[in-house]
Amino acid sequence: MSRVIEPRKKNGTIRVDYMARVEGEGALFIKLKNDQVQDVKLKLFEPPRLFEALLRGRHFSEAPDITARICGICPVAYQMTAVHSIERALGITVHPMVRLLRRLLYAGEWIESHVLHMYMLHAPDFMGYRDFVELARDHPAEAREALRLKKLGNQIMTLLGGREIHPVSVAVGGFYKTPSKSELEPLADELKRALDIVFDKAKFLAGFDYPDFEQTYEFVALSHPSEYPLNEGRLVSSKGLNIDASQYEDYFTEHHVKHSNALHSVIRGRDCYQTGPLARFNLNYSKLPEVARQAAEHCGLRVPCLNPFKSILARAVEVVFALQESLRIIQIYEPPPVPRVPFEIRAAAGNAITEAPRGIQFNRYTFDEQGLIQSVKIVPPTSQNQKRIEEDLKNFVPGIVALPIEEITRRCEQAVRNYDPCISCATHFLKVTLERE
Amino acid sequence: MTKTKPRIGVFKFASCDGCQLSLLDLEDELIALAGAVDLAFFPEMSSHMRKGPYDIGLVEGSVTTHHDASRIHEIRKQCKTLVAIGACATAGGIQALRNWHDSKQWVSHVYAHPEYIQTLGMSTPISEHVPIDFELRGCPVSKHQLLELLSATLAGRRPNIPTYSVCMECKRKGNVCVAVAQHVACLGPATQAGCGAICPSFGRGCYGCFGPAETPNTVILADQLLREGRAQQTVVRDFRSFNAWAWPYRQASEKARSL
Repeated sequence: MSRVIEPRKKNGTIRVDYMARVEGEGALFIKLKNDQVQDVKLKLFEPPRLFEALLRGRHFSEAPDITARICGICPVAYQMTAVHSIERALGITVHPMVRLLRRLLYAGEWIESHVLHMYMLHAPDFMGYRDFVELARDHPAEAREALRLKKLGNQIMTLLGGREIHPVSVAVGGFYKTPSKSELEPLADELKRALDIVFDKAKFLAGFDYPDFEQTYEFVALSHPSEYPLNEGRLVSSKGLNIDASQYEDYFTEHHVKHSNALHSVIRGRDCYQTGPLARFNLNYSKLPEVARQAAEHCGLRVPCLNPFKSILARAVEVVFALQESLRIIQIYEPPPVPRVPFEIRAAAGNAITEAPRGIQFNRYTFDEQGLIQSVKIVPPTSQNQKRIEEDLKNFVPGIVALPIEEITRRCEQAVRNYDPCISCATHFLKVTLERE
Repeated sequence: MTKTKPRIGVFKFASCDGCQLSLLDLEDELIALAGAVDLAFFPEMSSHMRKGPYDIGLVEGSVTTHHDASRIHEIRKQCKTLVAIGACATAGGIQALRNWHDSKQWVSHVYAHPEYIQTLGMSTPISEHVPIDFELRGCPVSKHQLLELLSATLAGRRPNIPTYSVCMECKRKGNVCVAVAQHVACLGPATQAGCGAICPSFGRGCYGCFGPAETPNTVILADQLLREGRAQQTVVRDFRSFNAWAWPYRQASEKARSL
């Protein structure tokens, strides 16, 4: 197998050709001179699938189903950002209960995606295991609980969308079908049970040995007056940015760099930034429900947290939030009079930002009077974090260069995973090369 | 007496990762599965990646680069049984829409520097490159069918994967037919079962994510949709989604387009 090889040293270059436990695939290239980092490049070579091109000429009603296929791990993020963009374009306001159901569906995806990343992809790094199966052998009770929690997220998505990957219920204007109250109620017991045991789980994660590594970040996240952000809000940053989704392209721009198929996002006139759980936690702490704030307290996570390795704890806190929010929604839910509101099709353009599990996603849609899409722009979270990941590595590698190469590789992979890069969501693939001069 | 566990490799081509994620979504069975087989190569889950040969290779994704077109031959050599999983691997996926267009122009549309991008003009299923032993359909695959496929292959029997249409599943669930009762365009009659007829259960037409059923009459279905007054371009799009390049769907969309 040409691509899949252990770390090897060749002509002073150390490379790992395939990075495991990221969703999608890619590579990392680090160049050292006298133990000083000269260059860091995160390469993404997932074969391009050209979504922004293939969506042209499709009807906007197909966008939620098609864009879901960008990423099997966060399909709801794509569905939500698509329908919100189109609804903003047409001035559609959905029923308040539909709004809540969308939040519930998104919360289900957060639970599933976060637990997958925390336990199956990232925790093995902290514990010195190569994968979750090894972790499960030594910690069977933790593993069982993690799987049960992950399953709960999937159950929410399946109940609302028919299946956990590429759910089929999301429509412009609402849902194809909304559940009855009694269909949702059985989830409540399992949610309560999960909330009862989360503190123990948080303790397990808080006990990891965290590298002493802090960075100066511009954190970027949505902010809503009264809610922890999922589907809507203004885009704010720790350096004073405060804009509507419609201003996104005035403030943010993407660069196509030679070494990667993912476009690099930066804030115009400034630089890279961080989006995702740590950014949301730092910018929206006051909107977390009490139980989630207790969980943060319990695992020693305080605002501002500048250690990217502790993003796993921010994910844990967000799982608690998502569980609590799901329970709240199920308790107040009443079926809306119709699953989706009627609307008239006309030529329009609209955009939206939502919070995918791994960070903000921006969409812009333009369509004609028949509703056929003329242009689409999709900026997924991974391309937004990609430059920031490179910056983290530039500063992280000097502290570990004295270690054996296998260890350097392992720790770099761990540092990349802080961002839960969903490489396919940037249409893409990841690899690790370390070159010493 | 110790028996060597069967070795499984999971390989990714152009895809969304959703089909291999189905393995990790087997929350109730994952630990038992990892005990019964050796997941020797599964980079999405494990950094412990071992070389072949493998007893079973699961291939997700379609072939869209020169590199992948040669990699699939290497993988074929390494796998005793090779299974294509999901619509990308079995039909080229949604990215096969480029097959009707100029993909160079598409690349220029998406990327500022198209010269950095290497991609083929077509997105093609695995079976167009190497012989395969089984195709598991779906966008995404059904995790229960995936488990059945693994169990059956390891037991040396044929997997029990029905090839009849979604209509059978609808009838079994007691769904009122959305095509008849609501005049909704539904690809169910020409689409393979396996999803549990979820779209009709949610009050919408099947959009064909499991691909053509056995001996489907897609051209007649396209005619019927047109006769009911559905616009020609809409019918073309109906058949051109996640399994657009699968022959019976391709036939229907090209017929509808030519009218």
